[in-house]
Amino acid sequence: MTGVLPVTLEESRRIVQALLYSGKEYVCLMKLHGEATEEQVRKVLEEFEDTIYQRPPLRASVKRQLRTRRIYHIDFLEMDGRNVLFKVGCEAGTYIRKLCYDMGEVLGIGAHMQELRRTRAGPFVENGDIVTLHDVAYWFMEWQQQKDEKILRKFIQPMERALALIPKIHIRDSAVDAICHGANLTAPGVLSLETGIHSGSMVTVLTLKGEAVALAKAVASTEEILNMGHGVVAETKRVLMPRGTYPKCWRSGEI
Amino acid sequence: MPRSVAPWEIERKLLVKAEDKTNPRYGHKPEERPAEEYIRYGVINLDKPAGPTSHEVSAWVKRILNLQRVGHGGTLEA
Repeated sequence: MTGVLPVTLEESRRIVQALLYSGKEYVCLMKLHGEATEEQVRKVLEEFEDTIYQRPPLRASVKRQLRTRRIYHIDFLEMDGRNVLFKVGCEAGTYIRKLCYDMGEVLGIGAHMQELRRTRAGPFVENGDIVTLHDVAYWFMEWQQQKDEKILRKFIQPMERALALIPKIHIRDSAVDAICHGANLTAPGVLSLETGIHSGSMVTVLTLKGEAVALAKAVASTEEILNMGHGVVAETKRVLMPRGTYPKCWRSGEI
Repeated sequence: MPRSVAPWEIERKLLVKAEDKTNPRYGHKPEERPAEEYIRYGVINLDKPAGPTSHEVSAWVKRILNLQRVGHGGTLEA
């Protein structure tokens, strides 16, 4: 299996959880065990769109109980004899090997996953800033020799990149350090926020400079937060910024 | 059948609740962090090669960059 694998360096390990739960896209080569027409195959691919039931395979790192997974889309790409190429967008924790097996069962001829390439993990896609291990070794050596920070940006992205799909709330400088100490975000600290936040949504709390302060769980919707004058708007779950980056001023008030 | 909306297809708008400025003395824009900090708060969008496990691949990155802790988001095996 090849493709998009976001690798977190040192402090950015704190955002791994957010990546684990983010959706994925794959290009899959499925091998049929018998003859089927393109029409039959397309029909079965379509049947597996939306919600599917899966029991994790024997060799799995999670409890083997039946669970549902969202399949955002399955796109037929090509078919050559018994080889079927398709693209699938799915929720985290969907087993594509299992998906192929199940589609083979529905076709009545059996099938297995032959090859798999991940083309997306959350906000990371395979075109754009993706790099190989070879690139990493090469650019790192170049960086050590030239000490030009532009070289670092060729193969390393700020951890905020990994949080791009999570709705954002930007806060005042004066609210930052309290959050870094684990306090919840209250309404007066909020400067701007994205649409689509609901009570229970995971949100990224950022400074006006765009630095991630923490991951938090919203306790109100976008519309509610806009109209709130006081009270908690999000519970801090994972602090990402070290304490003391911004001045401590939740007692003194002003910066 | 209607396609369900994938998280990356959702379009969001930024709405302003209050205006304020940020003090340039504190923190940095993510892309302007000093080199060492930039690395420690960095993520690599790696193209995993066939063969080694996700775990092995991140261990290699750790060795190449001479870091203490390197992890990966979403194992790419099964």
